[in-house]
Amino acid sequence: MIKKVYSKSKLVAKTGNEVIAEALRQIEPDVIAAYPITPATEIVQIFSQFVADGVVKSEYIAVESEHSAISATIAASAAGARAMTSTSSQGLSLMWEMLYIAAGLRLPVIMAEVNRAISAPININADHSDTMGTRDAGWIQIYSENSQEAYDNIIQVTRIAEKAKLPAMVTMDGFITSHCMEVVEVYPDADVKTFVGEYKPERYLLDIKKPYTLGAIDLQDYYFEHRYQLAQAVRDAKDIILDIAGEFERTFGRKYGFYEKYMLDDAEVAIVIIGSTAGNVKAVVKELREKGIKAGLLKIRVYRPFPSEQIAKELAHVKVIAVMDRSDSCSGAFPPIYSDLTASLYSAGVVGPKILSYVYGIGGREFSSEQIVDVYEKLGKVASGAEKPFKGVEYINIRIK
Amino acid sequence: MANLRELSKNPVRITGGHRLCAGCGAGIVTRQTLIAAGDTPVVVINATGCLEVSTTIFPYSAWKSPYFHSAFENAAATCSGVETAYRSLKAQGKIKDDIRFITFGGDGGTYDIGLQSLSGAMERGHRMLYVCYNNEAYMNTGIQRSSATPKGAHTTTAPAGKKRQGKPQNKKDLTQIIAAHNIPYVAQSYVGNWNDFITKVQKALSVDGPSFINILTPCRLGWSYKPEDIMDIARLAVETCIWPSYEVENGVYKINVKPREKKPVTEFLKLQGRFKHLFKPENAYILEEIQKDVDEKWSLLQCRAETGRQA
Repeated sequence: MIKKVYSKSKLVAKTGNEVIAEALRQIEPDVIAAYPITPATEIVQIFSQFVADGVVKSEYIAVESEHSAISATIAASAAGARAMTSTSSQGLSLMWEMLYIAAGLRLPVIMAEVNRAISAPININADHSDTMGTRDAGWIQIYSENSQEAYDNIIQVTRIAEKAKLPAMVTMDGFITSHCMEVVEVYPDADVKTFVGEYKPERYLLDIKKPYTLGAIDLQDYYFEHRYQLAQAVRDAKDIILDIAGEFERTFGRKYGFYEKYMLDDAEVAIVIIGSTAGNVKAVVKELREKGIKAGLLKIRVYRPFPSEQIAKELAHVKVIAVMDRSDSCSGAFPPIYSDLTASLYSAGVVGPKILSYVYGIGGREFSSEQIVDVYEKLGKVASGAEKPFKGVEYINIRIK
Repeated sequence: MANLRELSKNPVRITGGHRLCAGCGAGIVTRQTLIAAGDTPVVVINATGCLEVSTTIFPYSAWKSPYFHSAFENAAATCSGVETAYRSLKAQGKIKDDIRFITFGGDGGTYDIGLQSLSGAMERGHRMLYVCYNNEAYMNTGIQRSSATPKGAHTTTAPAGKKRQGKPQNKKDLTQIIAAHNIPYVAQSYVGNWNDFITKVQKALSVDGPSFINILTPCRLGWSYKPEDIMDIARLAVETCIWPSYEVENGVYKINVKPREKKPVTEFLKLQGRFKHLFKPENAYILEEIQKDVDEKWSLLQCRAETGRQA
């Protein structure tokens, strides 16, 4: 249950989509271009009503596809506007080409993304396959556990993107967060506006007196340096993310970092997870702790840039770790978070923990508290030497012959 | 009616030194479009294609106006975004200038891969001029057929061979498709008649809404002609009625250049290497089919122009 941490705010009951729309109303970007898609549709539907009622100064472009949505958003940003979009799943897939272009052009486009499985087979429920598929496009990716985080993240990311000159997406789990009504602490409009400030680009197309060419062809003599600068900008965004989080905490009272630790510091067994399921895991950890089991959790919030060194330090003391991926990889090796995490620990010289790879919740498949307990029991048995760690990937709650 | 003396005083906003081929029409189209805009500030949006790769080789740029390119199929959506940002920032008092928005796309980026984006932008009513420099194939990737490629033309993906004689299908009538969007101004023009084109650009820029000009733009490599023949070839397209110069202004059709005598299509076709195979005796029937098709479409256009309305 959310508790008020900022005296001037109010507690309201809203779904994830509603609270994102509320944040967009408060941020009041100059341009939003979007195309409806389940389960993100409500965000732009609600926002369109704000435009129709004249409560925002924003212009809304009801484009004919997600490709045009991101193209128009990128263009509005290039023109000098604060520009945002929202999508999910197939919509994000259709945007794929333009995601790389937004990053390559170093435009601070903001996206509210609602995580949903990708086709085929078509499925509208939550998993992280959509955004994980775009993880290396050069976008900042911040995942939200609940509506409060989604709201706080979209406010912060507006500043982060503009400072880092990088596009950024804030995600929340489809239906679980997007459609579930929760109590959310909403800050006063004026305070949000003051926090996000005004967007003042250094160069923009509508600055007619300083014409410039954006989107030039870049060959073997310059391309490599420009792509390096992009990769470096993503690395450098780590400091910016923490700076803005610090400012956010000083303003509104809620603390954010790259990740959230829950009873991790003395944990012997730990789960690493992203998104809404972290809430369920916390409840299980609390129960296990009451039974004397040293269970812990590390919930990743900032997935891109990946806080590689920091995570390696946080997990160095843990005997056995389960990395829970809500997306699979058809790589023949391991799913995304597991791959990033093991590489990070190995690179940092952290070779103590045994690390198990789990895939769960694909296409909205249930991952119950009992199954979370089972994972911790397995970790405990591996830690005590009673069982060996499995090799490869373990799939939870699946029918496999 | 444009005046050459006045036009010569207008700023040139695309410089020489770009890498377009000698005898290419795209540079002429671009230069004349921007001259037609006079002193009005413009932002140029460009689809991926010859014009883009030849004018923006980093760190150089041939553009003296703000210029933006992001991808191939999205030039109209891109222009939508810039134009919407302009309206938003202008309404907020953050921008004072009166700015116009011009998009350039080849027939690949306009007729084919960018058609959805173009249709969406036209339907939404953004105030922009979209200029399709139509050279009737994907020239940037090396002369592949597009839906703008005319029947019988040799391209590298619909080549003339032992069994097939170039593209079997007729070209798509994109000008009519855009006219069916009921936007304020739609026109066809051609390289080789600066007055016709510049007048149309000025009309297009003056309307408060979307406008579209489809300009036939010869490509020396793709059409295979001598560089100095470009103007003659484009004019023959109009004189043979293969590519009539006309406009649809608020739904009213008008033929802008009426040929004194309608020349046979072969006059246009014979100057170009892409139609060479059609002149073999066994392919005479294709020439007849092309002539018949041109005659029918020309009659239909005349009919529309006479009634003043969409037939």
